Amino acid sequence: MTQCDIRVRLAGPLCSLQDAGRPGFLRYGVPGSGPMDRAALSVVNAALGNPPGQAAVEVSLGGLGLDCLAGEVSFAVAGGGFQVLLAGRSLAPWTVGTLRAGQSLTLRAGDWGSWALIGFAGQVRGTEWLGSLSTHSQSGLGGGAVTTGQRLRIDQAEVRPTREGDLPLPDWARPAPQTRVTIGPQERFFDRQVQAAFLGPGFALSQGYDRMGVRLQGPRLPVNAALDMPSEPILRGAVQVAGDGVATVMLADHGTTGGYPKLATLIGADLDRFVQQRSGDPVRFVAVTPTQAVAAARAAHADLQSYLAELAQPRPSLAQRLMQANLISGVTDGA
Amino acid sequence: MTSFKPVADRALLVEFGDRIAPEIHAQVLRLDRLLALSPPPGMVEVTPAYANLMISFDPLLTDHSALQSAVQTVLTGPEPASGQAHSHDLGVCYDADLGTDLAQVAQMTGMSPDAVIAAHLAAEYRVYLYGFAPGYAYLAGTPPALHLPRKPAAVRDIPAGRVIIAGPQCIVTTLKMPTGWWIIGSSPTKILRHGPQPFLFAVGDTVRFHRIGRDQHDAM
Repeated sequence: MTQCDIRVRLAGPLCSLQDAGRPGFLRYGVPGSGPMDRAALSVVNAALGNPPGQAAVEVSLGGLGLDCLAGEVSFAVAGGGFQVLLAGRSLAPWTVGTLRAGQSLTLRAGDWGSWALIGFAGQVRGTEWLGSLSTHSQSGLGGGAVTTGQRLRIDQAEVRPTREGDLPLPDWARPAPQTRVTIGPQERFFDRQVQAAFLGPGFALSQGYDRMGVRLQGPRLPVNAALDMPSEPILRGAVQVAGDGVATVMLADHGTTGGYPKLATLIGADLDRFVQQRSGDPVRFVAVTPTQAVAAARAAHADLQSYLAELAQPRPSLAQRLMQANLISGVTDGA
Repeated sequence: MTSFKPVADRALLVEFGDRIAPEIHAQVLRLDRLLALSPPPGMVEVTPAYANLMISFDPLLTDHSALQSAVQTVLTGPEPASGQAHSHDLGVCYDADLGTDLAQVAQMTGMSPDAVIAAHLAAEYRVYLYGFAPGYAYLAGTPPALHLPRKPAAVRDIPAGRVIIAGPQCIVTTLKMPTGWWIIGSSPTKILRHGPQPFLFAVGDTVRFHRIGRDQHDAM
């Protein structure tokens, strides 16, 4: 089996191995984990021709530097608009390339986006927990954090020349000015004017942002009753308001139950682009009905699928493209 | 009265009440069993809690109203065989360097440390739910004499295995995590494990504790 051996020259905090996630264990206190931007994982795998859900490395704003020590492997990057440098050459933020022994690959925070994913044409070696390589950040269970100095070993590493090239960056991947929510399920703890304030201006992502969730800064959202509710299940995307009136959007590694009321819940269609915002970015929530939320989920899925179907078409390799160009120009010359 | 709350595009919260009570929790467990026996189309996962359960679903396959109808049909169905509740017996060492809050719990409850230990050992506990973090099983049954509010602020980096109490609840921790609960002892029994049965307890199981010495605690 062909192996590719990579040294992690530099890894920002919160870089980790993530696959499609770990559903089915919420009842044991285990959140789904998986990538913060789940669409980006679908993109890197489709772009490489991998099976969906194959594990990739999630990269935080701190960036990632890889040195290839031995072997070669094709890789794909998607997610936020990161700078991608391969052997000193700048690639597009969403791209497929090949990393070869002696070369370096660097991902750095770019103009926008908080998280990128880098997938490989091969299997990143790691330890599964409960059937998934996704890393649960607080415990480190699963594939694990990716840290400076460690080795990444890619088994069955392949070079896929027909996959190489920059990828178009679709509009739906970028942060939107508005984030859609449904109100509830525990809106009874908030007066009408507090619910209205939540849908008003003045909110931004705070510095308190990790894989568990992001605290919001903005108007206080006081609860109107004693916080005596028994702990209730929490969904990824829930907007939980603590006793101090500060809201937190629960994300990939969220606690599975909580005794604080959830004023609203982000719709699935907006979760991936929401997490690509950065601390300090303004957020504006807009309420939709559950029926509208389901319709939005279906529309977003259709958009993603048509984009992935485009990526699934192999592209001619550079050599083939050159040959075609020669043939065509040859024909032209001869005419 | 059962109520249904749609959550975003992908979940339905089914509520049987708004407090911690055995008869309400029994309804939660009954629906959990019924859904396991006949899962409605598109259902992804069920998370039972004290008084309600969250059913998450795939919005490409179903929606809130279809799922609610399916749940209502399931609820009127035949009584499921009651779940196989297991009982567990866990050893606890109450040495002062492990049960770092035992002396303060004794002071706050006006009991001697030995009386606190005896009260903790005398009760039978029941697994109501898992929450907070992987393997954190919320046991209810702490005797009223030991009911204390949580600490005003959480303490960081409490090791795995600590036996912690707050109000009627008790947890044996599984990971190094912060907690605002009172640490009265330590159990060597692993609740979060590797292998075919990764979690020791099922929701609905009963738990008792027995006292062990330091040698036995450290040997496991």
